[in-house]
Amino acid sequence: MAMHSVVCIKQVPDSSQISIHPETNTIMRQGVPSIVNPYDLHALEAALTLRDRHAGQVTVLTMGPRSATAALRRCLAHGADQARLITDRAFAGSDTLATALVLAHAVAMLHREQPVDVVFCGRQTIDGDTGQVGPGLAGRLGLDPLSYVVEIDSLDPASRRIVVRRRLGSASQTIESRLPCLISMLEGTNQVRFGSLDDVLRAERAEVPRWSAADIGLDGSEVVGLKGSPTRVRRVFAPDPVERPTQRLETAEREPADAAAILLDALARGHPELLAELVGAEVARTGAGRTGLSC
Amino acid sequence: MLIRNRGPARHCAAAQASGVWVLVEQQHGEPHDVSWELLGEGRRLADTLATPLTAVVAGAAEHGLEAAAGRAVAYGADLVRILEDGVLRHYRTAAYASALAGAARAHRPAVLLLGATPLGRDLAGAVATDLETGLTADCTQLAIDPESGCLASTRPTFGGSLLCTIETRARRPQMATVRPGVMPRPEPDASRQGSVIRERVDLAEHAIVSKVLAHLPEPREDGARLVDARIVVSGGRGLGRRENLALVRGLAQVLGGEMGVSRPLVQAGWAAHGRQIGQTGHTVRPSLYIAAGISGAVQHRVGMENAEIIVAINTDPDAPIFDIATYGIVADATSLLPALSDAFSRARPDPARAGEGRRYG
Repeated sequence: MAMHSVVCIKQVPDSSQISIHPETNTIMRQGVPSIVNPYDLHALEAALTLRDRHAGQVTVLTMGPRSATAALRRCLAHGADQARLITDRAFAGSDTLATALVLAHAVAMLHREQPVDVVFCGRQTIDGDTGQVGPGLAGRLGLDPLSYVVEIDSLDPASRRIVVRRRLGSASQTIESRLPCLISMLEGTNQVRFGSLDDVLRAERAEVPRWSAADIGLDGSEVVGLKGSPTRVRRVFAPDPVERPTQRLETAEREPADAAAILLDALARGHPELLAELVGAEVARTGAGRTGLSC
Repeated sequence: MLIRNRGPARHCAAAQASGVWVLVEQQHGEPHDVSWELLGEGRRLADTLATPLTAVVAGAAEHGLEAAAGRAVAYGADLVRILEDGVLRHYRTAAYASALAGAARAHRPAVLLLGATPLGRDLAGAVATDLETGLTADCTQLAIDPESGCLASTRPTFGGSLLCTIETRARRPQMATVRPGVMPRPEPDASRQGSVIRERVDLAEHAIVSKVLAHLPEPREDGARLVDARIVVSGGRGLGRRENLALVRGLAQVLGGEMGVSRPLVQAGWAAHGRQIGQTGHTVRPSLYIAAGISGAVQHRVGMENAEIIVAINTDPDAPIFDIATYGIVADATSLLPALSDAFSRARPDPARAGEGRRYG
């Protein structure tokens, strides 16, 4: 029985190439390339692996401006079968609550075309960094989210049972759930494949259908965009740059043991609590005095 | 698939809500330290708002929730609400979200805080959706706006290069998750008094579709504890040879911390991806980050620049890592690392010389 997976992705600026204008403290986006959120590629690969095993379809879905089509094409080039772009001015300013609702409507629409078995998400995005859309989307769809999944251990299309392993902080769980389900993949669990030459060529030519708010039943809606977003950004500002003045420790020409002692001494003066924690001691009551270099 | 949308009419309005709530996160009876940090912060917010501080403890009978409730009072809670049910034995999003959202719907807190741990972020996302309210992720500062009385949640954005302050004006509770290790942990006061209330949990096991087949407290996967580590020692290309990674691991062990690596080492196959710090790896915010032989490319910096104290060791005096370091040492990491391991080991208090005064060096 063939599986239909929907992978939710986001186009994000490549944060390794973002810089901050030194005077205005604003983000300099110009010329910063857009990429597929790296976490989402783990979700895409998991969906493609599922297709390897059970056959079926992988649909990639994103909400964003028209330029986000490029990110969808990228996913097609990695091997996804089809893509959908949800784009509408009405969605501008959506926070995670509103975004999850838009995605839920789009997934429900895809489900009507072809029943959806698994919805995949990345753990979080590298620009928003919230990790809230996955569980929010699951909540909207009435699914119990399987977050931080490391591996899909088994999936039986006939009984609709799925067993996954996931990491939850310092513990790991093996969970049995039922299809349809929502899985958010943990980073580093797989490496997205290179698509075939066919995939790459197809990605360039492929039609990427666009859905507007009206197309997914959200026309004139009060629950999306800025209106549907309970959070408001009040202020964006640069962190205080003088928070951490760098102290160069003069260790040139010193033996390693002396250089090490110089660092410990600097910690003892500047950060006595930390040093005490590091060496398993209580903070010396005499305060952060000079402790000597006698090793 | 059905879409659950309670609509704007279903959320709780600001005028109907009061009180600050903190979730005490626990798994199998082990409370997460971020819970106590949150109670310290919650206490401050509750005092500003002149409102009580409530701790919520959720789990099953065998988790010893009374003990966690007692600690919550010692850390500043006026009231503890215990949500206890066999359905909450293991963390499952739907079960925990249903219990927590149910309690919030019944008692209408103005503020609800959770730790920005994997569990806390997952749970908060589900609860905020259920309550149709605003949630701010991974905050590093919380305050009450003096004019609006709203919770002003500040968090890093754009890979930590900027901060933004976010408010939820109209809906309640105002939810936020807070980065572990950022807020100071208060001194517990065992003499503090607080009341404990057991909440009714209306949950049926058959209504929860996911079943936990196994729970392993100690993961075998490499690097799993990096994110929560208070001390991280990382190595980069400057180590020169694969064998030298052992020097990084050695210092991490001496300090009771975790080993991290920069991306080139993962690409070279020296370390598992789970050890990678940076944009495409983990983001860490430890108390101490030691960067050994790491030049400090932006891709690495976004994963570690919010560490409290950064010690950079590099042979190149112009390496960008020195721009963000607290302490910079121009040296060859391969000779300094073993010397540091040795120095920290020797600085441990010697029980035989107790009372003689402490020596660090």
